[in-house]
Amino acid sequence: MSQTVSLPHDDSPLVIAENLHFSFSGRPIYSGLNLSIPEGKITVILGPSGCGKSTFLGLLGGRLRPDSGVLKFNGKDIPRSGSGLIAMRRKMGMLFQNSALLTDLNVFENVAFPFREQTDLPEAIIRILVLMKLEMVGLRGARNMMPSELSGGMSRRVSLARAIALDPELVMYDEPFVGLDPVSMGVIVKLISELNDAMGITSVIVTHDVAEGCSIADYVYLLDGGGVAGHGSPEEMMNSDNPGVRQFMQGLPDGPVGFHYPAADYILDLGVEK
Amino acid sequence: MISLVQGLGRWGVSFIARLGEAVLFLLGAISGAAKSLRRGRLIIQQLYSIGVLTMLIIMVSGLFVGMVLGLQGYYQLVNFSAESSLGMVVALFLVRELGPVLAALLFAGRAGSALTAEIGLMRATDQLAAMEMMAVDPMQRVVGPRFVAGIIAMPLLAAMLSAIGVLGGYLIGHGQFGVDPGVYWSSMQNGVDFYDDILNGVIKSVVFGVIVVWVALFEGYVATPTSEGVSRATTRTVVTSSLAILGGDYILTALMFGGL
Repeated sequence: MSQTVSLPHDDSPLVIAENLHFSFSGRPIYSGLNLSIPEGKITVILGPSGCGKSTFLGLLGGRLRPDSGVLKFNGKDIPRSGSGLIAMRRKMGMLFQNSALLTDLNVFENVAFPFREQTDLPEAIIRILVLMKLEMVGLRGARNMMPSELSGGMSRRVSLARAIALDPELVMYDEPFVGLDPVSMGVIVKLISELNDAMGITSVIVTHDVAEGCSIADYVYLLDGGGVAGHGSPEEMMNSDNPGVRQFMQGLPDGPVGFHYPAADYILDLGVEK
Repeated sequence: MISLVQGLGRWGVSFIARLGEAVLFLLGAISGAAKSLRRGRLIIQQLYSIGVLTMLIIMVSGLFVGMVLGLQGYYQLVNFSAESSLGMVVALFLVRELGPVLAALLFAGRAGSALTAEIGLMRATDQLAAMEMMAVDPMQRVVGPRFVAGIIAMPLLAAMLSAIGVLGGYLIGHGQFGVDPGVYWSSMQNGVDFYDDILNGVIKSVVFGVIVVWVALFEGYVATPTSEGVSRATTRTVVTSSLAILGGDYILTALMFGGL
């Protein structure tokens, strides 16, 4: 699945992937992935489970190494290790699917963690900054709770406050809508879009929730089969002529992606035929 | 037959690969530990959860082990009318062997398994990945302080086990059998050498401490991030470090007391 490398949108890109190849324990995940993330916008990366959506965030954060190809953040290759990688990660925030709060620290200390590790700010300043971040996600009152006491939606909001603590240029969201009740889901959707507008953050959301993703996306990529299966604005994607894109966007049970996992002939498999 | 050889070869290759991985991890842990030395608060927290919380089991075990040594020692020594050497016998057993080895085995069961489970769950819940993404090196923030705390705690726990054991032996020797207190303590004072016995015991316990925290942290760090994976890693920690302690004890004893 090859594509032109030319940018599919007019905005200046913060992240560019060109002809990216990556395989995980012998299984190819990407074979020539091309995409670019516009600066200051919300880009949603859609795709079926297991197509390697989250892997892209691993590559972008420098936790995984591509086999070949180009992956640039801010015009520079993702550093392999050392101070370059640390400096790059300070410009990134990430919201993990399971929130990944440090379970031995309370809500306040979790949000304070990046400040304590990365800055020499005095305690009084850290307190103000942490309370400001918690206020943004509406959890200033929950500052003394432990992560085990939080609901799924609350812990994701704390994790979001922690991800934006150091005012990153890029925030990566790994499946931010999974496992939330409708109200918590609405809160997260609102927060992501507000943070993007208010702080000018570039957002990358990896999800398979088409409706929520498209409701806040400026730009949508659909990954499948090791590359980009389709891309465009949410409206373009919804009205796509490509049968594979249409099946995914509209959640049709049958289409290019068959209902059946490849198997031997049904009658033969049952062994009822003489 | 061929498949047996193949299986053996595969096991050998994977064993060597894992050993290499473990050694690389140890080097990372040592450098992380060196960098974490500046952060005393983290080390003190770990000293509490690794060391202080293991104290109770160490003290109770030490008392009973000392009492058993007192009983068995007395029954044997009294045959030769040598019960006056009871203090020395109990102390030598504890300081040279039982103190470091038993404390290390208990330490592996109590603190090592907890370390593996903690780190494995941090891996499984993406806490380690989250730290990496916050530009924090888990080897420095998580592994280092635990490594240092384990190495500090282990000799102290072994010393504590030996000391309480000696008291347990006294309890039985004097309380039950009426061995003279002065004789009990002076035979210990005469028979136990600081360098040959106590220092060698301390060296043993430091080595065992390194073994236990190394195995425990490594198993947790590379554990498959599932509940089954963490449970297997915890089991492996206790089994591997116990075997390594007992095997290592033989080697160290042969080197220290065998005149090699």
